Amino acid sequence: MSAVGSAIKRKEDPRMITGRGNYTDDMVLPGMLHAVFVRSDEAHAKITVDASEARRRPGILAVFTGEDLGDVAAPMPMAWVPPGIEVKTPERWPIARGEVNHVGDPVALVVGRSRGEVADGAGAVVVEYDPLPVVTDPEAALEDGSPLVHEALGTNRSHEWSLGGGDIDAGLAAADVVVERRIVNQRISGAPIEPRSAIADFRADELTLWSSTQVPHFVRLFMAIVLGTSEDKVRVVAPDVGGGFGAKLQFCAEEVAVSWASRKLGRPVKWTETRAEHMAACHHGRDQVAYVRMGATKDGKLTALHVKIIADFGAYFGMLTPTIPELGAFVMTGVYDIPAVKTDIIGAFTNKCMTDAIRGAGRPEATHLIEVCIDQLAAELEIDRLELRRRNFIAADSFPHEVAYGVIYDSGNYQGTLDRMLEHFDYGAFTEEQARLRERGIYRGVGFSTYTEICGLAPSRVTGPEGFGLQTGLWESAVVRVHPTGAVTVFTGTSGHGQGHDTVFAQIAADRLGVSPDVVEVVHGDTGTGPMGLGTYGSRSMAVGGESIAKAAERVAEKAKQIVAHQLEAAPEDIEVAEGTFRVRGTDKGMALAEISGIAHVRPELLPEGMEPALEEHAFYDPENFVFPFGAHACEVEVDVETGRVTVTKYLAVDDCGNPLNPMLIDGQVHGGITQGIGQALYEQIRYDDAGQLITGTLVDYALPTAAEVPSFVTDRTVTPSPVNSLGVKGIGEAGTIASSAAVVNAVIDALRPLGVSYIDMPCTPLRVWTAIQEAQR
Amino acid sequence: MRVTIRVAVNGEERVAEVEPRDLLVHTLRDELGLTGTHVGCDTSSCGACTVHLDGEAVKSCTVLSVQADGHEVTTIEGLAGENGELHRLQQGFWEKHGLQCGFCTPGMIMAAADLLERNPNPTEEEIRHGLEGNLCRCTGYHNIVKAVQHAAAVKAPEEVTA
Repeated sequence: MSAVGSAIKRKEDPRMITGRGNYTDDMVLPGMLHAVFVRSDEAHAKITVDASEARRRPGILAVFTGEDLGDVAAPMPMAWVPPGIEVKTPERWPIARGEVNHVGDPVALVVGRSRGEVADGAGAVVVEYDPLPVVTDPEAALEDGSPLVHEALGTNRSHEWSLGGGDIDAGLAAADVVVERRIVNQRISGAPIEPRSAIADFRADELTLWSSTQVPHFVRLFMAIVLGTSEDKVRVVAPDVGGGFGAKLQFCAEEVAVSWASRKLGRPVKWTETRAEHMAACHHGRDQVAYVRMGATKDGKLTALHVKIIADFGAYFGMLTPTIPELGAFVMTGVYDIPAVKTDIIGAFTNKCMTDAIRGAGRPEATHLIEVCIDQLAAELEIDRLELRRRNFIAADSFPHEVAYGVIYDSGNYQGTLDRMLEHFDYGAFTEEQARLRERGIYRGVGFSTYTEICGLAPSRVTGPEGFGLQTGLWESAVVRVHPTGAVTVFTGTSGHGQGHDTVFAQIAADRLGVSPDVVEVVHGDTGTGPMGLGTYGSRSMAVGGESIAKAAERVAEKAKQIVAHQLEAAPEDIEVAEGTFRVRGTDKGMALAEISGIAHVRPELLPEGMEPALEEHAFYDPENFVFPFGAHACEVEVDVETGRVTVTKYLAVDDCGNPLNPMLIDGQVHGGITQGIGQALYEQIRYDDAGQLITGTLVDYALPTAAEVPSFVTDRTVTPSPVNSLGVKGIGEAGTIASSAAVVNAVIDALRPLGVSYIDMPCTPLRVWTAIQEAQR
Repeated sequence: MRVTIRVAVNGEERVAEVEPRDLLVHTLRDELGLTGTHVGCDTSSCGACTVHLDGEAVKSCTVLSVQADGHEVTTIEGLAGENGELHRLQQGFWEKHGLQCGFCTPGMIMAAADLLERNPNPTEEEIRHGLEGNLCRCTGYHNIVKAVQHAAAVKAPEEVTA
């Protein structure tokens, strides 16, 4: 029986359910020191740091300021150089030098013997702030005369970038109705439950860094550059990582500072952030203001979509900050056949923490505005929301489909997922009950989101220096090693942090080698083992990483077939992998992988003439295209119009991520993704006041959904394989988040339309909903 | 100033030297080497540090180590049976894919164990409210609820013998 396609229980679970996981903060090294950062209390100021008292305190070995780190070889890197476009990039150092630009900016690093002593020491560092004017609103930041976040840049405007195709003016002119909306996609936190943590051990001129990261290979590359050493002197290990959601897709200033301190002090140094630090200083996501114009004829045919996005990047750039809204532009046409689509992006600096990738990264923002505006348009045209969608779906027989601005969608069947969703949801019955309940003052609504997204990041020829402009390839790597006894180790360049890679990658290799997934170990997250890889983000681990493993395993299988053919005097093409053996087709003669590997390792003289010993192959894979998962989601809500409180009463998701490799893991990714989208739609918001003070600095102020805020979900799938890879798979890690916020908000608007509410921004908190009702009734 | 405390941790008498300000979670992790209990916030919001103190679930970030002096503490490491057989909740979380990154899992399991102790046959709503002090960012709670239901359907050993 094939392992791929089975809901196999996870191999990683036994250690985690018994408390024997190994997260970075769990580790203790001999002689290890502890470190904490002193962080800015001010949003914008010149600073003077006096650490003399702190340095005298018991247990404190050193206090380092930005000036102390003056010998780092390069500022913190940003990886995007789009051809022909200037991106103004502020200089950022691991610790601030003379000026802070947001609350939480690192000001000093205190290193000492114990957790308590460094906390006390940090309290003794005196920072004098000479305040500078503050700007926190991205649109205000772009106006003439605004305070400048970075005087040296002379502007708060980082860059402008556009992607479009077709004639927008003609499309809007041909429209009978043009919906215009200003849509705010608020700033959120990734908030993995494990805060960031790093242990640096610099000895004999070589650095080992354990870090809670999604991208150990990127961290090694950039660490070598910033510390002025070479990559062979740096090893980065991501042990068990307690969630990422993009928050750990970063090369962190803190990682550099502790590594530098370990080199300076000759001892291992550990830093684990507090939750307050995470909220203030780990990059945020979203924070875009979009001006949308969506045009259609009176019979509901979309004619044009123009979107101007003002993206609030905060004070600095992380590794990918200015590229995030652009990712949304790649799917701005959504699932619709629109003849003219254009996205214009303007980046703005403000005195807030930097933004970067958070689960979905640009695509949730795009999907939200498209799907909310489709509903707005349906209301204007008085056409049913699903009917309007159907009239504009890209037809299932037109794939691969080139959209107006040149991106090619690999495969899709949008009508199919919508039809399947409606098998689980009786729209007519809902509408009737909704009307009955309204008479009793109970306000229910349903919202839909029919989405696609772009993932499987890769392909390098599109994303790389001559294309989009990322200064890296985005291929992936794998090594499949069969040990002499027939056990298998798979090394992958991806770096899982909850996705279940240990299990599903084992399934992929097992099928190709005729063994059980139980004997396949997966190793990831360590630059000291296996080849270079690019990490886990952008829903790429299966479509790029998984395909690499399939390729490497196929190569092993090919070699094994040659060995078997040679032993059994058959032709290699007559050997098949079936029922756990490599056997001669149509016979009962065959050999198990353990026997084959035994010969390859122990009796190489029995191998075919010229064949190298052992049984190990590697593969590097760079796909031809992205992959485009899609689906249809429906959300039911009930709104208490007296309090404004929104309750999600039902949520249905039909997704299509191509061939399902482990359905249990897919459902898990969808559940978590939906909940993150519900969180943004209803609860989550990073807020600053006008002085740049962070209002939502703890999990008391920043509301993550709990078990009591979400329902159980109904999930189903259709299967439309991707033609891009041999597995036929697409990513699923971000899809739930990308789809769900629009479904929730559309449901809230649907519930409140009888009260005159026709639009609302996220998060739909009780106060905002109540206020919207009051204003509509006025 | 350091204080000596004696705590029965997972059935074993342990002695630790602590500062009066030390939190139980830090003593468990840093002094006693029990790193299955995690820290996810500073405000007793996330529940990753949930352990049992004299049989009741507590957030060990809101208990001073000195308060545990003379008491019994059970952590995730002490939940499995003597021969390593998984607790019914551990089994439930594995069977029902109730964890992804695993970081909230020990606290979630300890909170759920307390819930089932007080309410052996909870409804879905009771499970959801019973676990609202424990945050998970990966699972959307769907499979956590399923895991607790799975465990509830398996009788606790003491109920079987009774």
